[in-house]
Amino acid sequence: MDIADFFDTFFEEAEELLADMEQHLLELDVDDPDSEQLNAIFRAAHSIKGGAGTFGFTVLQKTTHILENLLDYARKGELALRADLVDTFLEAKDIMHDQLNAYRSEEEPDQETYERICQTLQQIALEEIGQSLEAPAETTPLASTTAPADDTPAEQEPAVNESAGQLKVALIDVDEKDRVLLVEELEQLGDIQSQSGDDKRYEVILSGSVSADDIEAVMCFIIEPNQIDIQPVASGEAKVEAPVNDTPASPPPAEPNASAPPAEPKAQAPAKAAADEGAAKGKAKKPAAESSSIRVSVDKVDQIINLVGELIITQSMLDQTVSDLDDQSVGNSSLQNGMSLLQRNARDLQESVMSIRMIPMEFVFSRFPRVVRDTAGKLGKEIELVTEGKSTELDKSLVERITDPLTHLVRNSLDHGIEMPDVRESIGKPRTGKLTLAARHQGGNILIEVRDDGAGLDRDRLLAKAKENGLNVSDTMSDEDVFQLIFAPGFSTANEVTDVSGRGVGMDVVKRNIQGMGGRVEIQSKKGEGTITSIVLPLTLAILDGMSIKVGGETFILPLSTVLESLQPNKDDMYAMAGDDVVLKVRDEYLPVVAIHEVLDVENAITDPTKSIAVIVQGEGRRYAMLVDELIGQQQVVVKNLEDNYRKVPGISAATILGDGSVALILDISGLHRLSRAKKEAGKPANTQTMSFYKESEPS
Amino acid sequence: MNQAKNGAVLATEADNSEFLVFSLGEEEYAIDILKVQEIRGYENVTRIANAPDFIKGVTNLRGVIVPIVDLRIKFHLENVEYGGQTVVIVVNVADRVVGIVVDGVSDVMTLTPDQIKPAPEFGVTLSSDFLSGLGSLEDRMLVIVDIDKLLTSEEMALVEGASQQ
Repeated sequence: MDIADFFDTFFEEAEELLADMEQHLLELDVDDPDSEQLNAIFRAAHSIKGGAGTFGFTVLQKTTHILENLLDYARKGELALRADLVDTFLEAKDIMHDQLNAYRSEEEPDQETYERICQTLQQIALEEIGQSLEAPAETTPLASTTAPADDTPAEQEPAVNESAGQLKVALIDVDEKDRVLLVEELEQLGDIQSQSGDDKRYEVILSGSVSADDIEAVMCFIIEPNQIDIQPVASGEAKVEAPVNDTPASPPPAEPNASAPPAEPKAQAPAKAAADEGAAKGKAKKPAAESSSIRVSVDKVDQIINLVGELIITQSMLDQTVSDLDDQSVGNSSLQNGMSLLQRNARDLQESVMSIRMIPMEFVFSRFPRVVRDTAGKLGKEIELVTEGKSTELDKSLVERITDPLTHLVRNSLDHGIEMPDVRESIGKPRTGKLTLAARHQGGNILIEVRDDGAGLDRDRLLAKAKENGLNVSDTMSDEDVFQLIFAPGFSTANEVTDVSGRGVGMDVVKRNIQGMGGRVEIQSKKGEGTITSIVLPLTLAILDGMSIKVGGETFILPLSTVLESLQPNKDDMYAMAGDDVVLKVRDEYLPVVAIHEVLDVENAITDPTKSIAVIVQGEGRRYAMLVDELIGQQQVVVKNLEDNYRKVPGISAATILGDGSVALILDISGLHRLSRAKKEAGKPANTQTMSFYKESEPS
Repeated sequence: MNQAKNGAVLATEADNSEFLVFSLGEEEYAIDILKVQEIRGYENVTRIANAPDFIKGVTNLRGVIVPIVDLRIKFHLENVEYGGQTVVIVVNVADRVVGIVVDGVSDVMTLTPDQIKPAPEFGVTLSSDFLSGLGSLEDRMLVIVDIDKLLTSEEMALVEGASQQ
């Protein structure tokens, strides 16, 4: 293994540890800190420091070292936590993250921020504890990680390890067959002094120099760790008690002891130790569970997805051939059985493969405690963040793209939605505003909601503002349509522009981003009660629910989410407008008409609008009627990027492969509208116009 | 205007190299065999609207969407027909897969550096920028095309934001 591989592993682990640290810091209750959490934060810092020291990332190591020392005081209760201290810790965490990134890109971390954070942390130590921390300059890497650092493991695994004398090994709920085996194993490890008990609890007193850990390691091949209870006999007891006691909130005795014979007098003391040990063991088990996953590069997964897509296409081609076969042919029925089996297996395979790319929403939600904390702090508001449905899964590529729009919506809610604490109090709401992030599956979509219990949207104010901005609105518009106004470019009802939001840019970008992912945004709001912004997204970008249509001899796919309805246009409903513009009256609305065969220069298409079919589509908030020859049907298609080997094509968003192996283009609804307008404005036959664009640079 | 540069290209292309020889009408062309991924028939091409006429469209190559360029149209050849002999050479250039339509593939040839002569200044149709040289083989002349440069050039409109360089 190359040293660079180790580096990568360290970077990934450190990143996770930093994320853990942040999460715990955010959850920390400063008035009554949970010692488990403090320990977890401390451990994260400690592990990063160790790794950084090993790889010679001195700056990171030193920064972590100081932070770790401070955390150690906090953990021991010598440093009283305050919100501003937590803020500083968070800042330190951010700086460590920057340093980590610097090392990753093989640069030296910023010396100035490093010195500043070290000073800040030192200052805290001086002021709060009245003693300076050991100067980071006298760097004695790793080995001498100072005393406080070293007692972590000791605390985790009580002194049992060192007690060389006698050990009492209790086997809990182990049946006789396994027990005989285990006792034999124990004989190999040391001298058995005595053994007694039954299936519920069987105790073996073992003497020798073997450690409890070793015994457990051996036993774990046969039984679960919680089935073993190892304690030193007599002399060991005092030792066990001591370290355990300085964990203030020790959990109540747990199951392992429940089965212990209660009457036994000397069982009392070890019992407590055992409980604590059990808790520690429970934690120790976690990493084992984590190692049941593997890291795979996304490229590899995508390759599998591609291949499975191919398999599906091949399968449907075969299916087509088989269904065309003459029923009389020999062995046809078994062939058809085989085909349906193949179809089922292929679909199952596709589903499982797609699920590899799915990651839980937790990845997105986990960053919001920080966002909310920072934003609320800046605005002077009190906010409680609640997340629901963290385990809801979403395609990785969508997860990456949903974060920014969601952040924007959250900030918006915090800034404009939730009122100042005093205002809230005066109108009888709790001072602390509540912001909920929720995710859940809904049919083939995922629904992500940002809910706040703030002021809600003010319909009248929105309408007034819209009129002021010269937008086309009427007082009779539905609430839903009025609320959609906030997505209009440059639209902001904020009285003043704040640091956080209010410039009116953003919401339109949010909407565009979400539409770009094939999703939509909806707003429900009640004045004075709050707002719910819902984002509806497809589960994956790789598969699209499409409507296949025919124009001339060519097949195209329309994203089903853009299709509102389709109808056969009546001559009386078509109106010509200045030039060659045509509008179609659908109920009370006049919609512009875009004929696909004109925009995309399809030959042999139906040119008489009344003989073609008008599909009413909506894209980027614009509605229009698209003239096509024929609707073929709905189908799920695998989306293939055109830009991989070609380039972006106006009016086309991507391509897909049909059951017969041919390529069909997926239409870009809003792009087509723009293309159609561009063509009409140029007033020239489309082809020459775009040709001249393409050939601009041809040498003459 | 680019003769000096052609000389340089020639020098770096040195040593014996293998070329795939194909025909466009009566003319014989050659491209570096290492760029060729595979050769297949011309079928099932989906037209792309508003693209230059020499871009025939895209096709499905085992799940990959590949654009198809007809060099005969690009080089303004007459008699562009599609039949059983029409062949698509699938090439790998600049991390992309592109199919080029030719009239036929004849053979693979090894040319020594001294068999490759610098290309003279050509007309407008095929800028000598896109030529590695002319291969002379007894009575035959092969036009050696620098397929990388040609397909990534802006005038082919295959690559977004491509430049002449």
